[in-house]
Amino acid sequence: MGYMLEGATGAWEIVVGLEVHAQVISESKLFSGASATYGGAPNSHVSFVDAGFPGMLPVINRECVAQAVRTGLGLNAQINFWSRFDRKNYFYADLPNGYQISQFAHPIVGTGVVEIELQDGTIKQIGITRLHLEQDAGKSMHDQHPAKSVIDLNRAGVGLMEIVSEPDIRSPEEAGAYLRKIRQIVRYLGTCDGNMEEGSMRADVNVSVRKPGEDFRTRCEIKNVNSVRFVMHAVEAEAQRQIEVWESGGTVTQETRLYDPARGETRSMRSKEDAHDYRYFPEPDLLPLVLDEQWVAELKAKLPELPDEKRKRFCAQYGITFYDAGVLTADQLTADFFETVAKNRDARLACNWITGDFFATLNRTGASIETSPVSAAALGELIDLISDQTINGRIAKDVFEGMVETGKMPAAIVEEKGLKQVTDTGAIDSAVAAILAANQDKVAEYKSGKDKLFGFFVGQVMKAMQGKANPALVNEVIKKQLS
Amino acid sequence: MTLTDLTIAGASTLLASREISAVELTAAHNDAVAALNPRLNAYITATPEQAQEQAKAADAAIAAGTGTPLTGIPLAIKDLFCTAGIRTTAASKILDPFIPPYESTVTAQLKAAGAVFLGKANLDEFAMGSSNITSGYGPVENPWKREGSDAKLVPGGSSGGSAAAVAARIAMGATGTDTGGSIRQPAAFTGLAGIKPTYGRCSRYGIIAFASSLDQAGPLARTVEDCAILLQVMSGFDPRDSTSAERPVPDFRAAIARGVKGLKIGIPAEYRMDGISPEIDALWQKGIGWLREEGAIIQEISLPHTKYGLPVYYIVAPAEASSNLARYDGVRFGARVDGEDLIDMYERTRAAGFGAEVKRRIMIGTYVLSAGYYDAYYLKAQKIRALILRDFTDAFAKVDAILTPTAPSAAFGIGEKMDDPVTMYLNDVFTVPSNLAGIPAMSVPAGLSSEGLPLGLQIIGRHFDEETVFAVSAAIERAADFTTKPAIIAGGA
Repeated sequence: MGYMLEGATGAWEIVVGLEVHAQVISESKLFSGASATYGGAPNSHVSFVDAGFPGMLPVINRECVAQAVRTGLGLNAQINFWSRFDRKNYFYADLPNGYQISQFAHPIVGTGVVEIELQDGTIKQIGITRLHLEQDAGKSMHDQHPAKSVIDLNRAGVGLMEIVSEPDIRSPEEAGAYLRKIRQIVRYLGTCDGNMEEGSMRADVNVSVRKPGEDFRTRCEIKNVNSVRFVMHAVEAEAQRQIEVWESGGTVTQETRLYDPARGETRSMRSKEDAHDYRYFPEPDLLPLVLDEQWVAELKAKLPELPDEKRKRFCAQYGITFYDAGVLTADQLTADFFETVAKNRDARLACNWITGDFFATLNRTGASIETSPVSAAALGELIDLISDQTINGRIAKDVFEGMVETGKMPAAIVEEKGLKQVTDTGAIDSAVAAILAANQDKVAEYKSGKDKLFGFFVGQVMKAMQGKANPALVNEVIKKQLS
Repeated sequence: MTLTDLTIAGASTLLASREISAVELTAAHNDAVAALNPRLNAYITATPEQAQEQAKAADAAIAAGTGTPLTGIPLAIKDLFCTAGIRTTAASKILDPFIPPYESTVTAQLKAAGAVFLGKANLDEFAMGSSNITSGYGPVENPWKREGSDAKLVPGGSSGGSAAAVAARIAMGATGTDTGGSIRQPAAFTGLAGIKPTYGRCSRYGIIAFASSLDQAGPLARTVEDCAILLQVMSGFDPRDSTSAERPVPDFRAAIARGVKGLKIGIPAEYRMDGISPEIDALWQKGIGWLREEGAIIQEISLPHTKYGLPVYYIVAPAEASSNLARYDGVRFGARVDGEDLIDMYERTRAAGFGAEVKRRIMIGTYVLSAGYYDAYYLKAQKIRALILRDFTDAFAKVDAILTPTAPSAAFGIGEKMDDPVTMYLNDVFTVPSNLAGIPAMSVPAGLSSEGLPLGLQIIGRHFDEETVFAVSAAIERAADFTTKPAIIAGGA
């Protein structure tokens, strides 16, 4: 039995489907030549087409179509070689034409599937219903003037991909994992920057609850949730609310709700009765979107390696665990960093260093891979120094700290500080002899069976040799002298 | 020689040979506009200064040897075409004030060819109407009169201002747009030639949309040849209009001389509808006779779904219009009436800005697209539209062109047919099928009614075969030898 919420009447199952709105990375907007870049002075990225001026006509941006196809391929989804745009009609001040151009009846991408991984290592498949292209609206601001609303149309007309999942999600954790997975895929593909703070990715969350084995009950849609954490919270809060409604003898009514992160609850935005009648009909200003099969094949051939494939390859090629491979392929930059470090080196050692000290340092200093003081080349050199026994693992940690602080290359630090490992057995012999002589009582205890003291001797010898001794040799010599 | 009475072809020759100048030709027209427009109301905005400047430039171009057949030719531009820096109204108060910062592709091409723009011609509001009565800038008067009557007649619509201007000789030619007959019906009502080319032949960029899948620009002029000269320049692929056709534009003027010998001309049985006036029917028979005499082969054909054309049109066009006109909300341009809140502002703005006919069509369009009605109306209409297209495709497998009347009657009086919008809509019965099918169709003046008003015949052709349409139209024109002039005309009748 999966994730359940306990109510007064027993266990409840959560059913969730997500609609992810992902802003297409492109130079210009979906149907106009205006810049699609984020920011800029209000209303500085607006063409007459975006502003809905009389006589203006949309012209499809081929790059946005390519991005949607790439994303569809990345979602293992069917590419529809014939799709069509429709008009979704509603009045709002930041919707200049009074309609949004979207794909209602015939989306460019059909069904697909993505795999998500849960905390316990379980892999689950989540179905993709469709992906369609549509244009974004502008932004209304109601807090800039006491009596007026102001409108910024910079975003109006920017291309969005709406990625709709099947109602396959059964827990807040799965919802979060799914959203992260979608974000990871579009980032790998370079089709959306996945930046939820700037609003270039946001999710509408459909939630219902049911008793195990039942058919679906009525769902509510929580609009425009803008972080993974909020999606998870919203799912839980909404499910709890619905359980309370059902258990108190009420009925959940289909409606649109908003999630309030400050209060950790959802509240009603508009009911089904107030729902817009969008009066969809085919957009007569555009021809159906017909894709050339050869063109799609070329896009497919040029797709980058996606996270799932890369993860499997890392396991096979580098002999690292599935878990570690997951961490290293979380994003393209980390994966590239790892591959640069691991190339022609001990890959497991590279993996341990990256997932261990390197990530810890990034966390501690708030740096990213791009701004890290330790480059892949530097970390690689450190691993070389360990592998050729120039330094031992303990000294390596000190060298690494030096690299973080100074940004210097490890060989230079080793040279400068004289940290080269001692492999001279004569020196180790005499150091061991001195330690054993100075600790006769411990030697006696050891010999009478207190094996644990072996570590003590090693520690003392390493300390005496400022950590530079080859640990394997130290072990060997101690054993010999104690026997 | 009366300058305003010249054809475009005739004036073009005289301009090229420097026998007349563009400046004097334009001055004559500017004077005529000043004299007659207060009465006819054919122009919403006259632009005499702009016209004079363009005329000077035209004379310079002709002198430099860079003239075209349109250089220095004074035209009226339907006020649905956006013209940079010149007020554009669509005959609606909701767009007042609106001065577009951009130029429509069609007018840009005309300008580039050296044409002179006399002003912006009146029309039915947002091109919705067949009478020019729905204009927010007052009705246009048809320069034609019934014999022995001074009753004001409508010039047809929606390109009624364009038609009245060309008929009254206060423009040599005009641009129009045709969504359901808006070029052909006013051409018929005013004794002009007018062609709606194939959908996609002219760019719709910069033309204020009524019904996007039906709207198409075209010329009105006093001869078929003049229409060919104008359409030549107005046509062509435009990357800014995804529905414009990426194909070469043939030499329309050359097609005029082709003749009709051996051409198969279809006569659709279904167009002989109940209630067709005997004189319209008689004119049609006359047209058939002329073509037969010229060597054409007359063949009866069937367009069985024609009878659904009008209802289909009055679902599809309002549906698209209801969406196209949503942008007139007072937020970004045009008129605004402030309100309590956003919705109130929309309601007040649109209530004040739109006329009754526009509101009626927005409501019809909103209704037919609404949840629960979409399938019964819009979707069904689209299916029948496909059948209407198939009718034509089947017919054009047998014939090269189709001959029909243009309108069921001659021009009617301002104030007549006003009570019942459906009666008004019947004006479009012969013209809407070619809009629904996207095929070219032309009206040519073919005779006079018993009351002395012009009547037109319509020639319909295959997709992108305007050449055959011009050839057949020219044959009718030659045979009809229509030389009667309207009662109100520049320089007096």
